[in-house]
Amino acid sequence: MEKKKEMVKTKRAQKKDNKWTQNDKVFLYILIPILILFFVFNTLQLLKGFYYGLTNYKGYGDYSFVGLRNFIDLFSDARVGKSYVFTFKYAIVLTIIVNIISLILALGLNKEIKGKSVLRGIYFVPNILGGLVVGYIFSFIFTYILPAIGQMAGITFLQNSILASTKSAWIAIVIVGAWQGIAMNTIIYISGLQTVPEDVYEAGMIDGATGWEKFCKLTFPLILPFITINLVLCMKNALMVFDQIMSLTKGGPSQSTESISYLIYNNGMSGGQFGFQSANAFVFFVVIVIVSFLQMKFLGGKEEQL
Amino acid sequence: MSENMEKVTKEAVEGAVTNENEGEAFAKKRRAKHKKQSGPVQGKTVNRVINILLALGCLTVLFPLYMTTIIAFKQPSEMTNDISGALGFPAEWKFENFTEAMRVTDFWHSLGNSILITGVTVALCILIHSLAGYVIGRKMIKLKAFKMSYYYIVSGMFVPFAVLMMPLVKQTAQIGIANRFGVIVLYTVFFMPMNVMLYTGYLKNIPTQLEEAAHVDGATAWQTFWKIIFFNMKPMHATVAILTAMSTWNDVMTPLVIMAGTDENTLPLAQLNFQSQFGTNYNLAFASYLLALLPILIFYIVCQKQILSGVVNGAVK
Repeated sequence: MEKKKEMVKTKRAQKKDNKWTQNDKVFLYILIPILILFFVFNTLQLLKGFYYGLTNYKGYGDYSFVGLRNFIDLFSDARVGKSYVFTFKYAIVLTIIVNIISLILALGLNKEIKGKSVLRGIYFVPNILGGLVVGYIFSFIFTYILPAIGQMAGITFLQNSILASTKSAWIAIVIVGAWQGIAMNTIIYISGLQTVPEDVYEAGMIDGATGWEKFCKLTFPLILPFITINLVLCMKNALMVFDQIMSLTKGGPSQSTESISYLIYNNGMSGGQFGFQSANAFVFFVVIVIVSFLQMKFLGGKEEQL
Repeated sequence: MSENMEKVTKEAVEGAVTNENEGEAFAKKRRAKHKKQSGPVQGKTVNRVINILLALGCLTVLFPLYMTTIIAFKQPSEMTNDISGALGFPAEWKFENFTEAMRVTDFWHSLGNSILITGVTVALCILIHSLAGYVIGRKMIKLKAFKMSYYYIVSGMFVPFAVLMMPLVKQTAQIGIANRFGVIVLYTVFFMPMNVMLYTGYLKNIPTQLEEAAHVDGATAWQTFWKIIFFNMKPMHATVAILTAMSTWNDVMTPLVIMAGTDENTLPLAQLNFQSQFGTNYNLAFASYLLALLPILIFYIVCQKQILSGVVNGAVK
């Protein structure tokens, strides 16, 4: 065994001399096909998307170059602007609601309570179900159950389907998004709360920390990394919302709930705007990158280490 | 299924009834507590109240599922316009809606497609991404080319599918893979950034001595990986399998745009097509929804522990 180790050591010393050893090369030969696969179906398509964005391609037939016109037109296109406003409004409201509720739920589910694992199991169920079918089920609730309740209780707001009004349809999508999103974030918060050691609380008790103080000064800073994860995850998923739109509103009423993904799909694939929506998609990609970097910059620096 | 659900709702409702009494008791005890400042007693009562509130909160999760089940068993004639018409029990528990929904949506075929696509995707992801994670993870400290490859692949996480969708539709059609196979290839590429990151991260837990010993014994890198490392990565395989399977199973967008020209459906796609044709028959529709939800619900009930830990692992790392 000693001999082997020494042999390894001498071999290592040899390796350092000529940088690329045989072993390194074998690793590279394995990596190259994987990189090619990734390039062909990811990076190349991104570049092609940019290329299509420079044309007036309809998705079929001939096309010609139009330079940056599509990219310039994007900024004055009312429908695109509306979809960005809707998507960001949805994402921000959803992220706030989901994180507040799931943090409260996680605090509760982390206590010494009866049937804890069953409760945790049930609260996670919405996350495993597909957004499309969930949307169809909620669509029935919004169109039939809620108005019926509204009529019984005399609440005028609920008497018509909230999906039918341009003012309230987005709320319906937030509700469905929250129903599914809370499940995921709660589980992550629970695992975060479990990383807080018991003696931190004991020390806090000795110092006379009460419930709210305990949360603000002990729990909150210690689970900050998990809050970062949840905010980033929730925001990212919300910005790409598609399934729920597809099943709840199809972008209506009067295009008030068109998300960016839905607009790209709808107008790009069947609306004859292949080139224009390719430009939109590329800008969307840039926006996602910027948002992600901003989030990491703002949230990443504040984590506290124990 | 529905019986179980009834039971759960029943329990929850009973919980709600006792809730009021508990509330009073809680208020009394809280007043008493202010006088005595007895910590443990207060803690217990608070926990009880939390317990009840959480049980009530479960209703928001269970209600849509309960409603789906109930409507799926009813006949259209039972669906009156008031609440009891939608939420009351059916006159008879008959499975006619389900057999009809299965026929109309070609359920077994769509289920087969979903299982095929998810199964092959998961297998390919585990094989290819663990290999990529290993190759990159072991060399990225020493060699810049591998480190660059790592950042190149992982940065793919910033590219949503919607951005690549249109060029991909053209590309898959051009090379003749606008079908189930194409969808599998795209998933394998699309989940690569996330999975490679997970595998590379996990590799730090596997000591290099094993490989060095194997190397000395004359094993090639290829053999070393499949015979030693691959099995040592088992916990991460589980996480990757669960994350990949759940995203693949529920995904609508990729098969929707890629397989548009074929007659093939996945389970969610079948619902989408069904909705545009038979959307007005709610009983049939809900039977179909319930059928679409059942496979993953059953899977969840069986592997709940692994799914929860897999999801947390994937998110936290």
